Amino acid sequence: MSTLTEAPPPLAPPAPEQKPPRGRGRLVPYWLLLPGILWLLVFFLMPMVYQASTSVQTGSLEEGYKVTWHFATYWDALAEYWPQFLRSVLYAGTATVLCLLLGYPLAYLIAFRAGRWRNVVLILVIAPFFTSFLIRTLAWKTILSDGGPVVGALNTLHVLDVTNWLGITAGDRVLATPLAVVCGLTYNFLPFMILPLYTSLERIDPRLHEAAGDLYARPSTTFRKVTFPLSMPGVVSGTLLTFIPASGDYVNAELLGSTDTRMVGNVIQTQFLRVLDYPTAAALSFILMAAILIMVTLYIRRSGTEDLV
Amino acid sequence: MEQNEPERLSPAQLAAMRRSLTSGRAALTRRSLLRASAGGALVAGGLGALTGCGIPAAGKTQGGVSAEDHSAKEKTVNFSNWTEYIDIDDSGKRHPTLEAFTKRTGITVKYTEDINDNNEFFAKIKPQLAAGQDTGRDIIVLTDWLAGRLIRLGWAQKLDPSNLPHAFANLSDQFRSPDWDPGRAYSYPWQGISTVIAYNKKALDGAEVKSVSDMLDNPKLKGRVGFLTEMRDTIGMTLLDMGKDPAKFTDDDYDAAIARLQKAVDSQQIRRFTGNDYTSDLTKGDFAACIAWAGDVVQLKADSPDVDFMIPDSGYLTSSDNMLIPNKARHKTNAERLMDYYYEPGPAAELAAYINYVTPVEATKVRPYLAKIDQSAADNPLIIPDQSMAAKSRAFRSLSQKEETAYEAKFAKLTGA
Repeated sequence: MSTLTEAPPPLAPPAPEQKPPRGRGRLVPYWLLLPGILWLLVFFLMPMVYQASTSVQTGSLEEGYKVTWHFATYWDALAEYWPQFLRSVLYAGTATVLCLLLGYPLAYLIAFRAGRWRNVVLILVIAPFFTSFLIRTLAWKTILSDGGPVVGALNTLHVLDVTNWLGITAGDRVLATPLAVVCGLTYNFLPFMILPLYTSLERIDPRLHEAAGDLYARPSTTFRKVTFPLSMPGVVSGTLLTFIPASGDYVNAELLGSTDTRMVGNVIQTQFLRVLDYPTAAALSFILMAAILIMVTLYIRRSGTEDLV
Repeated sequence: MEQNEPERLSPAQLAAMRRSLTSGRAALTRRSLLRASAGGALVAGGLGALTGCGIPAAGKTQGGVSAEDHSAKEKTVNFSNWTEYIDIDDSGKRHPTLEAFTKRTGITVKYTEDINDNNEFFAKIKPQLAAGQDTGRDIIVLTDWLAGRLIRLGWAQKLDPSNLPHAFANLSDQFRSPDWDPGRAYSYPWQGISTVIAYNKKALDGAEVKSVSDMLDNPKLKGRVGFLTEMRDTIGMTLLDMGKDPAKFTDDDYDAAIARLQKAVDSQQIRRFTGNDYTSDLTKGDFAACIAWAGDVVQLKADSPDVDFMIPDSGYLTSSDNMLIPNKARHKTNAERLMDYYYEPGPAAELAAYINYVTPVEATKVRPYLAKIDQSAADNPLIIPDQSMAAKSRAFRSLSQKEETAYEAKFAKLTGA
């Protein structure tokens, strides 16, 4: 995925007819690919094969594990932990929607209205990344603590009554509830949404807006018919960059959640580290991967965009 | 920006790459991404490769457990310990007891604080130990159950008693013969740990907590009670509260304890299960009461006066963190000398005065030294247990591998999987 972050070379006018280079030059692309391929081979493919193998093994730590093609592990894992899967999709999906709602206006502002403050605001968006993920999540525990001002204000304004009724909080608290986990996910993955949105908004030619105005489009129509469709690549890659890691995340649920907010990442961690049921942990990882792949495929199909950046 | 790429470019990566070389922007389109990932899945599906990946049985390590002892030639020892688990001077960089050891013996100690969690550390060293390789560590410090597991798997080296005269003479009776390492053939405690009930006076708001039952049943504490993700601490304290002995309980007792806790989880009495991070919940008052490690509480009390602990009448759980020499360690003799050094009353007292855990050195021997450094520490029953403390202390029995797996699985379900 490193291609996503690399600065693309300047846009050259597309040549009408591409002839593949001949002779030694033909091999150059392969040589350039080699480091990337090797990297993927060693750090992606090999662990994948290893985990795939683990998922169909049976045994124990003392007797060792053997490949017995025990595919039932997959079924058992799914039957046992489907609530956590569902919850992961639900939480990650909610966080992604929230990120989009929060991130789009901000990205729009940075791209079109920030002027000379543009770089400053961009740095502010990235600034939280200068501290560790864990520290940032722990900070939320202080912000949302039971006796803290945030929970106090929400209580006074009777917001917690509403959220209690919705079932996303319990009692007079926010921590250790679904709301806290979704908030943590939204906060932690927001920059992954803003940056791609910004890149695709920033690329829109402002003259298109002028042209839309000249054709008597109201600002809202301009946004609906011009800006938003042109920013679709950013929306798609932003939602993917948010949803995929959020659905596998376990830190937020671990620190901000409770027993009834555990996500599939927590289950995998517990099975792998505590219960030492390596096959189940590996099977869960593969089910998660497959589920994400299917959902992402359907999503990209529907969103009807070719470019991811 | 739509690109109509001819389908003839069959290898997906090549197609994506060529596009990126020729026309910039469209470096990664969805079609190429999908095709590339589908291709990757196919390769991963080369099922033949999978069978080659079995994990060999533990304990059947090739070529014996001990490496050649380089202690005489290499005057060094690699010591892996938990974070903030040793004395440290005001500069925050030097460990006086370790420096004194180096001065006396000429052995340099490479001290690394790389243990944060028993389970994670086990996952980290497992591949090397299973493959019969050196972990690069001469001493590791593990809690009872994990130390027991390493011994059971044959991954720890037998100690040479002739290098450990002080340790043998001064080890406190309480720690002398755990069921997972009778007679301390493989391990010596670094420090003892007491599991107790901690509370935040302000958050309790007048409620009284004198037992685990109070934590589980008092409606005033609903949603403000915490238990530990360490199965033995949580279950052990619950068993004690139910009048069972964690040193000899049955499967039924275990299930009863789980059921008791499950009820409190369902009624949302228990807020959550935590690891080390319970300390922040407790000091902020999000936990009114929780199961805690006494050494932590002694330190927390210094910063937050509202925090305190109590020992239930039904008793409390004692365990220890133990020094072991993993297989193939290069400096076994040096490691044993360092272990023995911490059983001399002087260094033991210095360490105990600093870290506030239970010292494993016999009370009568270490107390005079500790009193010289810090009289209040010498009188603190959490550091040197007195008669009544010792009488209430219980250990969690060691589990067979089968029990361990079954119990951890049940416990995982309790904590939300």
